[in-house]
Amino acid sequence: MRVTCTVNGREQRADDVWEGESLLYVLRERMGLPGAKNACEQGECGSCTVRLDGVPVCACLVAAGQAEGRDVVTVEGLADFARQRDGSGEPGELAPVQRAFIDAGAIQCGFCTPGLLVAADELLERNDSPSDADIREALSGNLCRCTGYEKILDAVRLAAARGTARTTGQGA
Amino acid sequence: MDFLRPASWEEALAAKAEHPTAVPIAGGTDVMVEINFDHRRPAYLLDLNRIGDLAEWEVGERTVRLGASVPYTRIMENLRTELPGLALAAHTVASPQIRNRGGVGGNLGTASPAGDAHPPLLATGGAVEAESVRGVRMIPVDDFYVGVKRNALAPDELIRAVHLPKADGPQQFSKVGTRNAMVIAVCAFALALHPETRTVRTGIGSAAPTPVRARAAEEFLTAALADGGFWESGHPLPPSVARQFAQLAAGACNPIDDVRGSARYRRHAVGVMARRTLGWTWESYRGRAHGSQGGAQCA
Ligand SMILES: Cc1cc2nc3c(=O)[nH]c(=O)nc-3n(C[C@H](O)[C@H](O)[C@H](O)COP(=O)(O)OP(=O)(O)OC[C@H]3O[C@@H](n4cnc5c(N)ncnc54)[C@H](O)[C@@H]3O)c2cc1C
Ligand code: FES
Ligand code: FES
Repeated sequence: MRVTCTVNGREQRADDVWEGESLLYVLRERMGLPGAKNACEQGECGSCTVRLDGVPVCACLVAAGQAEGRDVVTVEGLADFARQRDGSGEPGELAPVQRAFIDAGAIQCGFCTPGLLVAADELLERNDSPSDADIREALSGNLCRCTGYEKILDAVRLAAARGTARTTGQGA
Repeated sequence: MDFLRPASWEEALAAKAEHPTAVPIAGGTDVMVEINFDHRRPAYLLDLNRIGDLAEWEVGERTVRLGASVPYTRIMENLRTELPGLALAAHTVASPQIRNRGGVGGNLGTASPAGDAHPPLLATGGAVEAESVRGVRMIPVDDFYVGVKRNALAPDELIRAVHLPKADGPQQFSKVGTRNAMVIAVCAFALALHPETRTVRTGIGSAAPTPVRARAAEEFLTAALADGGFWESGHPLPPSVARQFAQLAAGACNPIDDVRGSARYRRHAVGVMARRTLGWTWESYRGRAHGSQGGAQCA
């Protein structure tokens, strides 16, 4: 079957999609977007997290046909998505949450990173000054085998602090 | 494989009538795991995502009509007052990503003894609205679970909604697992106090081939509360009542040994959860109805 959806603001089409295929497979293998990672294919690890009509979901558990006509954001489009939403940042720049992950040293092998970035960005969109409990809850569906999570928590706190500093600076 | 994409409920019923083996897919959080791992290769997938009203709910005078595909996240956020037990249970399901997709219709479809929606559904009571081209059927929750991962749906039926009485008293849900997220229940327990009818109801998960009520425990507690005049007085419950309730709840289990826990542990844990949830709900009832300070939530 054919699947057409908007991915990172652009209409994408995939042909000869098998009906049992996941959105994750279509993104990675048919649309050339390997950012969302495939680690478990059973919803346990969150490394395939994408936004589906704005909602964070495991792309491995969305049937490709269910994404027909819908809007998907992957880590590849996260910076553009954040820039349009926040009305700040230059084209080509990383999203604030991506910058914070680098600055906080929250990335080791990097396999979990795309899913964590999408989940963390969505948390900060909802809640610009999350408590540690809020962060842990929002990231509870994302596993990392390397960092021990502390630096990831640091990164989200850093992104939140910078975001608040920026809006305060703008007098918002 | 064929991917059927009905745009309306009527189309979905017609498709299910024409292809009774078609596997409905809502949030996909059970179905896609099975397909990804090649445990299931249905001839037809029947996508329910395009039927908007399945993701909606209505709060009526006495009941909530919860659409089959309302995601757990929405239940947690919006139905805490009306369906406190189910909202608590929803919060323990998996992770935010899964809760954003999965819902009660899928939990009922899978009918796993470990499904977290089942204990609160049993404790509140209510009915599953099942429909086919032949008509609508209201299946009482008590009659819905018929075997290990088997439910009372006919092959041509779909779940449209669940009808649940609005809480008339405190409700609690407790679940044993190895961590706070992403955990299949080792066992779970739900308790609902129903001050209007002076009754209590329970639900046990993961401790029998199907979700079950602890009926003897319910009867004992209902009688003990009435005989002691506790509903009226709002007095603290004697420890002997809690102990007996816990013992009877444990006795309602028919668990197995598996990787998540032994049968003996499950029985024990259900007793502990029964005692704790009774403590929590009773304190809350006393606080609400009798203005007592209500103690700390600790068993
Ligand atoms: C990582 C992970 C963790 C999980 N953790 C938990 C947990 O902690 N607690 C828990 O209870 N569950 C858990 N689950 C299981 C699952 O998320 C739940 O059972 C969820 O409620 C399923 O809902 P869904 O909409 O995704 O169902 P789907 O996967 O879409 O469907 C599930 C079943 O129901 C049928 N079905 C769906 N909708 C209907 C309908 N309207 N009418 C008739 N049949 C229908 C389907 O055909 C299928 O058989 C977990 C799953 C994953 C992947
Ligand atoms: S690959 Fe989807 S959750 Fe692990
Ligand atoms: S950095 Fe390696 S899994 Fe997270």
